Amino acid sequence: MDLSYYPGCTLKTKAKGLEAPAVAAMAALGVNLVEISRWNCCGAVYSLADDDLAHHLAPVRNLIRVHEQGADKVSTLCSFCYNTLKRANQLVQRDEVKRRTLNDFMEEEKDYQGEVAVVHLLEVLRDDIGWDNISAKVKVPLQGLRVAPYYGCTLLRPQEIAIDRVERPAILHQLMEAIGAEVVDFPFSTECCGSFQIISNPDSVTQRAWDILSSALKRGAEALVLTCPLCYFNLGQRQAELKQKYIDFTGMPVFYFSQLLALALALDSRVCHLELNYADPLPLLEDKRLLV
Amino acid sequence: MRIEISGQTFQSDFVKKVAEISGESVLSCNQCGKCSAGCPMAFAMDWLPNQIIRLVQLGIEEDIAKSKTPWICASCLTCSVRCPRGVDLGRLMEAVRLLTLRRNIDYVAAAKIPPDALGEMPQIALVGGFRKHTA
Ligand code: SF4
Ligand code: SF4
Repeated sequence: MDLSYYPGCTLKTKAKGLEAPAVAAMAALGVNLVEISRWNCCGAVYSLADDDLAHHLAPVRNLIRVHEQGADKVSTLCSFCYNTLKRANQLVQRDEVKRRTLNDFMEEEKDYQGEVAVVHLLEVLRDDIGWDNISAKVKVPLQGLRVAPYYGCTLLRPQEIAIDRVERPAILHQLMEAIGAEVVDFPFSTECCGSFQIISNPDSVTQRAWDILSSALKRGAEALVLTCPLCYFNLGQRQAELKQKYIDFTGMPVFYFSQLLALALALDSRVCHLELNYADPLPLLEDKRLLV
Repeated sequence: MRIEISGQTFQSDFVKKVAEISGESVLSCNQCGKCSAGCPMAFAMDWLPNQIIRLVQLGIEEDIAKSKTPWICASCLTCSVRCPRGVDLGRLMEAVRLLTLRRNIDYVAAAKIPPDALGEMPQIALVGGFRKHTA
């Protein structure tokens, strides 16, 4: 099955460890991710101002590309892109006046009415492939790996774009169970990591990283699993500082869900780019005999 | 501290602008405090999120202008999904930020961020951060 796919800027540079294993794992599961051509940056954050239409042009243009390339659905991997594209699409679908203004402004484009569906790859795994089918393809169950699912913000909020229940989501838990990992629930799994404040107020992000990581550690997790390249950065890169601040803290590997999925499917681990992970995950994976 | 509240502050341009840009009904908030209880960035704020909306209701512009809170807000939208009165406080924070940014005043200067830190950061952090904090 071919599935249209929007990568976004981060996946082509800083988040190869999210994209490459996802593309490989989907192929192993029978889904060919087809990158849309001529995509542009979606703008990363959805504009929250009522009088600002200009910032919706970038995400809508991407949806127009998908539509003109003949697809009725586009999948995303980056949580920020998912949120921005999905919200812009809903705006076009639900607000007739703004839709008209946007279409009028983009004179050179064919009118867009919100025909394309925006989904996150986790939804494809759950709804189109199914946990049982994934389990059946697992060759290296991640037995004994105690992993805490961390959702962050942009897959769940606001309510109308949530890929699962807003307050007690289960989708990452279910994927981890399907690939044989031991799931560790913890109270910070949907709490914000500080997000773009890493630019202006990095100390507040360090504090958030500690709250989240220490809570997962206390519950007995050995690693975090997540989907967002910014959560991955904030919760990984800050660990160097945290180790200096808290002498007992020795680091905690942070995985993209796609890395663990690819490992469970016994794909060549080089595709996971584990060398890019901030806290070295190799000792943990070797200890659990999960590298083939 | 003495705070002057009058019919004029209630109906000031500032209050109207915040309501207009955010598209939110500012007076719907009944100060239950749920937004602040769950705000992950509250520890770094001076005024709590519910206090910011109270200041907006009362039109006390100077205190909001001096506050770090809207700039510490990470737009996580936890408050927005939890508010029992249906107020999207995340949008209100954005409106308050925009009132400053639209006067061409930046909150963060790109030149002040250490180059090696910039080099490592994911694009969504850079694009998102500069969208939220620069004019
Ligand atoms: S949760 Fe809503 S009603 Fe309660 S204080 Fe916050 S904004 Fe006001
Ligand atoms: S959107 Fe801002 S104010 Fe609301 S909970 Fe998140 S950080 Fe706090």
